Amino acid sequence: MMSRSRDQWFDREAGPLVRPYAMTQGRTRPSGESFDLIAVVAATGEPPGDRLRYSPEHQWILRRCGTPVSVVDLASDVGLPLGVVRVVLGDLRDEGLIRVVATIDRSSERPNLGVLREVLDGLRAL
Amino acid sequence: MVFGRSEPGEPPLVTTKILIAGGFGVGKTTMVGSISEIRPLRTEEPLTDRGVGVDDVSGVERKSTTTVAMDFGRITLTDRLVLYLFGTPGQERFWFMWDELALGALGAVVIADTRRLTDSFPSIDYFERRGTPFVVAVNCFDGAERHRAEDIAIALDLDPGVPVLLCDVRQRESSKEVLISLVEHVLSWSETEPGPAGAAAPAG
Repeated sequence: MMSRSRDQWFDREAGPLVRPYAMTQGRTRPSGESFDLIAVVAATGEPPGDRLRYSPEHQWILRRCGTPVSVVDLASDVGLPLGVVRVVLGDLRDEGLIRVVATIDRSSERPNLGVLREVLDGLRAL
Repeated sequence: MVFGRSEPGEPPLVTTKILIAGGFGVGKTTMVGSISEIRPLRTEEPLTDRGVGVDDVSGVERKSTTTVAMDFGRITLTDRLVLYLFGTPGQERFWFMWDELALGALGAVVIADTRRLTDSFPSIDYFERRGTPFVVAVNCFDGAERHRAEDIAIALDLDPGVPVLLCDVRQRESSKEVLISLVEHVLSWSETEPGPAGAAAPAG
């Protein structure tokens, strides 16, 4: 849904027909803890029932969460600004429809050595 | 760095990130593109509170949000490990976004151009202040005079031990070498600096 063409990118920036925060009723922050850029979210598998009354965006995003996905990939895939995606994810979390399966370890500023070695091996193998 | 909680039967997805910083037009987007799948990302950031003190909003006082287009790249290293590269927003008015980008980052690459070395000072200052390990990658543009890495380290007043690499960010292999050098630097830095308790390596 997001064109890679630069022209289209400028078109969107120049003036969307619906301002992004119209989709979120003006909210710019999700309820509860925010979602880190590279946090991984996934649908809980809970049936949505009539809880997806909000907007088509909620439904797209929930569908994309059928397989675990990072917040930035999700925003890029659905072509919505990160802030909007976070608000929608907050709604879905409140309804028990998605959950964060992995997020930044805020207790440690120090990278994990095992993961570092794995990243190094992975880069060397590229 | 992100660690998945273990689910029986499925390997947890692990995501991590590296920042690509440097002055405007120095090759950040080129580097992200040469080594990874480049993807568009837009954010709408409220300017009302977070911009105070860092943003010059004169003339745009009534604008409550600003759209920031960012490049980010993705490198799938294994079926459970994904590395993201984030190009830091170049304009000064987007400085407030750096803290979020830097949080949990494995490290940073500061791209420098010898014709405009001072452009890399803000990035270097930022990572030094924050304690984020980084390497300086000197992008050798066509026609740019070659300098020795040692001279550049002195000109940039880098702390001893900060690697300076000469590279061509248009080349995938060269960008790859820069990232490898960064991770090697982070590894040696992590092994020597005392880390906090509880930073255990994952099993397997």
